[in-house]
Amino acid sequence: MAWYVGRRLLQMVPVFFGATLLIYALVFLLPGDPVAALFGDRGVNEATAARLREQYNLDEPFLVQYLLFIKGALSLDFGQSFTGRPVIDLIADAFPVTVKLALVALAVEAVFGIVFGFLAGLRRGGWFDSTVLVLSLVVIGIPVFVLGFVAQFLFGVKWGVVNPTVGSDPGLTDLLLPGVVLGALSFAYVLRLTRNSVAEGLSADHVRTATAKGLSRPRVMTVHVLRNSLIPVVTFLGTDLGALMGGAIVTEGIFNVPGVGNLVYQSVIRGEGPTVVSVVTILVMVYLLANLAVDLLYAVLDPRIRYA
Amino acid sequence: MPASDADQPLLQVRGLHVDFTSGGRAVHAVRGADLTVYPGQTVAIVGESGSGKSTTAQAVIGLLPGNGRVVGGQVLFDGRDIAHASRREFVELRGKHIGLVPQDPMSNLNPVWTIGFQVREALAANGLAKGRAAKQRAAQLLAEAGLPDADRRAKQYPHEFSGGMRQRALIAIGLASRPRLLIADEPTSALDVTVQRQILDHLDGLTRELGTAVLLITHDLGLAAERAEHLVVMYKGQVVESGPALQILQDPQHPYTQRLVRAAPSLASQRLRSSSQREQVAAAAAEHAGLAHAAAVAGSDVGVEQTANVIEVEDLTKVFTIRGSGPRGEKLRAVDGVSFAVRRGTTTAVVGESGSGKSTVAQMVLNLLPATSGTVRFDGVDITTLDARRRFDFRRRVQPIFQNPYGSLDPSFSIYRTIEEPLRVHGIGDAKSREARVRDLLDKVALPAGTIRRYPNELSGGQRQRVAIARALALNPEVVVCDEAVSALDVLVQGQILTLLNDLQAELGLTYLFITHDLAVVRQIADDVVVMQKGRLVEAATTDEVFRSPRQEYTRALLEAIPGGNIELGV
Amino acid sequence: MPDRPTAAVRPGQEHHVAPLEETPLAAVDAVDEQAPPTSLWADAWRRLRRRPLFLVSSLIILLLLVVSLFPSLFTSVDPRFADLTRSLQGPAEGHPLGFTQQGTDVYSRLVHGARASVSVGVIATALVVVIGGVVGALAGFFGGWLDAVLSRFADIFFAVPLLLGGIILMQMLDTRNSFTVALTLAVFGWPQVARIMRGSVLQVRSNEYVTAATSLGLGKLKVLLRHVVPNALGPVIVVATISLGTFIAAEATLSFLNIGLPPSTVSWGGDISRAQTTLRTDPWVLLWPSIGLSVTVLSFLMLGDALRDALDPKGRTR
Repeated sequence: MAWYVGRRLLQMVPVFFGATLLIYALVFLLPGDPVAALFGDRGVNEATAARLREQYNLDEPFLVQYLLFIKGALSLDFGQSFTGRPVIDLIADAFPVTVKLALVALAVEAVFGIVFGFLAGLRRGGWFDSTVLVLSLVVIGIPVFVLGFVAQFLFGVKWGVVNPTVGSDPGLTDLLLPGVVLGALSFAYVLRLTRNSVAEGLSADHVRTATAKGLSRPRVMTVHVLRNSLIPVVTFLGTDLGALMGGAIVTEGIFNVPGVGNLVYQSVIRGEGPTVVSVVTILVMVYLLANLAVDLLYAVLDPRIRYA
Repeated sequence: MPASDADQPLLQVRGLHVDFTSGGRAVHAVRGADLTVYPGQTVAIVGESGSGKSTTAQAVIGLLPGNGRVVGGQVLFDGRDIAHASRREFVELRGKHIGLVPQDPMSNLNPVWTIGFQVREALAANGLAKGRAAKQRAAQLLAEAGLPDADRRAKQYPHEFSGGMRQRALIAIGLASRPRLLIADEPTSALDVTVQRQILDHLDGLTRELGTAVLLITHDLGLAAERAEHLVVMYKGQVVESGPALQILQDPQHPYTQRLVRAAPSLASQRLRSSSQREQVAAAAAEHAGLAHAAAVAGSDVGVEQTANVIEVEDLTKVFTIRGSGPRGEKLRAVDGVSFAVRRGTTTAVVGESGSGKSTVAQMVLNLLPATSGTVRFDGVDITTLDARRRFDFRRRVQPIFQNPYGSLDPSFSIYRTIEEPLRVHGIGDAKSREARVRDLLDKVALPAGTIRRYPNELSGGQRQRVAIARALALNPEVVVCDEAVSALDVLVQGQILTLLNDLQAELGLTYLFITHDLAVVRQIADDVVVMQKGRLVEAATTDEVFRSPRQEYTRALLEAIPGGNIELGV
Repeated sequence: MPDRPTAAVRPGQEHHVAPLEETPLAAVDAVDEQAPPTSLWADAWRRLRRRPLFLVSSLIILLLLVVSLFPSLFTSVDPRFADLTRSLQGPAEGHPLGFTQQGTDVYSRLVHGARASVSVGVIATALVVVIGGVVGALAGFFGGWLDAVLSRFADIFFAVPLLLGGIILMQMLDTRNSFTVALTLAVFGWPQVARIMRGSVLQVRSNEYVTAATSLGLGKLKVLLRHVVPNALGPVIVVATISLGTFIAAEATLSFLNIGLPPSTVSWGGDISRAQTTLRTDPWVLLWPSIGLSVTVLSFLMLGDALRDALDPKGRTR
């Protein structure tokens, strides 16, 4: 177990440096003046440009720049945005909202995905299974912004069930609709994963043996089929928490949720490159940490790995 | 138990019909099967794959796969027809009245629960014990099934158990609720022979003590004869013959049973005929092979001097580092200082159980795996140090045949391309002569010419193995390494392939290195035997010596473990 | 040793032999010479063409290809011609779906928008299959340090979510066209294909026919190309088909965020982005490109699903 965790940690180190270097290089190593590019279409403001050059140590060699940036990032110092506010403050404001949103989405996709996937898997090949499978494809097929607009239009504008936009300091009920939209794609994935895993589990030898012991069908289905099928599903959900935080850009933009995604979205629109880089770096870190957590979770769920 | 009770059949299967529907078509898996089991008795159903033996057993315990159903006949358990019992009735019957010991110990325990949990569950489901009492009882049951240190073992997970230990746990589960009938579906076919024997002995003792009737499902006629008093022989869904075990073995009436008795390797008391005359054949063939080879490699600088030993293995050692075992990596000596020689034109069998290192030896002889130390000499030349060009020449002279008929042919290659590939790789002949050669090879392995345009997925296991043999022979090799080449085949097909290999050896003067776990097969094909255990060579002698007077304890244990090895036959 | 006592034969257990005419013997292991030969691919095709999912999706995709190659077959209206006086007007003669806020023809933009989506999807998929396929095949086949290095390298790109990486890269690129968008998507999309290919190659590599090919004297690279890759392609084809759909959706998302294709290129994503301002009053302007986009993505996903059933035995859904 310790060896397993240690190895995963060790593997994560080069990936962390590689991924952050990749992002940093994309911004600062591409041809052209990075500062000008960071301003986007807005035209260069000389005072800000000078501050940026200093902040990113652009006079230093590239690798030194990068290492200084990482040093800052690890102590959560990301410099200032164009408006002069420290980027970390912007992130600190936005982060809790996104975490809340991601958790709503995660709850929605986990509960509905597992329940429907389990039922479909038990009835493999039946009409319920076929319908659910096609519907899940439709959900995956509709891009999230289309889904967002349709949901916003129907529930917010036409039927007036919820506020079409969220606004600052949202509560859980405000986040319900955006959460459902954000979690819809993963809901379909969780459903299909659970369904396949249950359907496969049904024909497993050990399930037949459990039945032969004289166990009742509900007990066999839950203790032996569902329990084993949850291993890949829970693993997916863990990885997905990291992905949801990054994927909230569009959803938060549509519903005007003041979260990290919206921060990225607004920064992109306003051409605030430095903020974008900083936030994305943090999101990558979150994603990697989520992956590590999943590895540990995996070991907890599957004894074969726990003792490897 | 009162005598009158024992005279009433416990299980009667009468005219049982089971159909499977697949792709809208009904397949008749069992057609009118009859069998009777009395209390405390062991009855064996014997048959090859597809005979319907497992399906019959599944119908008895209500565990037919979703697309299978009983379409006719009766299954009387204790006088009550359960052929169409409801799910609830079966839940009541299973475990408590009818237990099951399944086939593959590796896949039949749930990997995420402890062994103890899985035993306790059986107790709780049948209302026998709960909580602390169940814990105690579970440990007792495991100990009873022959698991040492049962208290501690109960807290472990299946992956921490060896195959034999898992099977013991499964036996504990099957007998947990003291059922009156135990269905044992190939309970040991996935295990090594010595382990198989221990477990069957233990199961025998336990069921006799408890008065449990056993319905034993097996493909192994020898094993069935040794363990059961009554045999039921099934073939293509029908019972072709049934009766007292000895009577069936010594006086088989139905042609299929006769065929089965003749082919059963565990019962064969003598070698295949062509191998008894092999000495002369081999001598002539060796000369022929030597001449042919000298002509083939004239001009190449590979030594062509004839030696009596075509392969000489000396002090061969292979050490593996076990992956993921820790920062240092544990070392495993898979092969440890093994030396033996293979005489030209003969068959040498390397025998051992799983983990003996026999397949690793084969890999090194084939020059597919570098040796850690030691040498393998082929025709006097050490092959561990060959350069690329000489290795290419070597490949032409030594060819393998592998175990798994489903994995040894490239599914995207037609049979023609499969057999032609070696010729093409070695630049032999033109398109036309190659095609003639492929047809000739198909004929040699007794496959119809129509096979040439087919693909592996259309052929049965035995046919694929024939194709693999044809591919191996395409280059006219001197040595063929057969790595468990018949282990995955049904008995009759296995017999056919062994005969084919034997005939080809006589015809072409081949030398075989035959890797197998099955001593019964060895007796049919080998001249010399090398016995391996845990990477070390235990005994090396002629087949006659090994079978008549084994010198080592381990060899004796292996021989005694051959099921039905000492039953007199009527054929 | 049969050491159990041989009791007297009991009722129901008498020696019984089935009549031979009722249980005829077949030759052991006979070859069926009647059936037509079928290769693995022919087999897959036979399974495929019976699936409604496959038929529906491939018909839609075929139509889509025709539309994106020859849009003028379906409309003669210039998608860029803007007549502000007709802004947001409903359907009219020759303009079946009405007008956008800018006064361009919705139907014409729907037809012409297909090309952008399809070309980005096809280019990006081709790139990820080549890059991911090569990296995955090498890593899986050779293993060892090469595998370790290539796998970590793929992990690095995998750790950057597609959309986030796309946003940054597109933000920094000077030129925005179908090719650069596709390139951006491929940069962050190839590790998935590499993982699938690696896994598939690992599985195929353990087959005995690979060892047999080596024993024939075939070189490593030839074994890889001749025996391993062809048999490992199934799952990659499946994931490539599905990726084509997801890349089209990702392109639309980037264009929607105004950092994908430039406004001068007619694209569904861009049209949806521009239509959001009038969502409350005139939702249909947003609806049509959304439907076009969703149906396109969906048909690739459906095709992928159908292909998986036919090609990828492990992921088979039934």
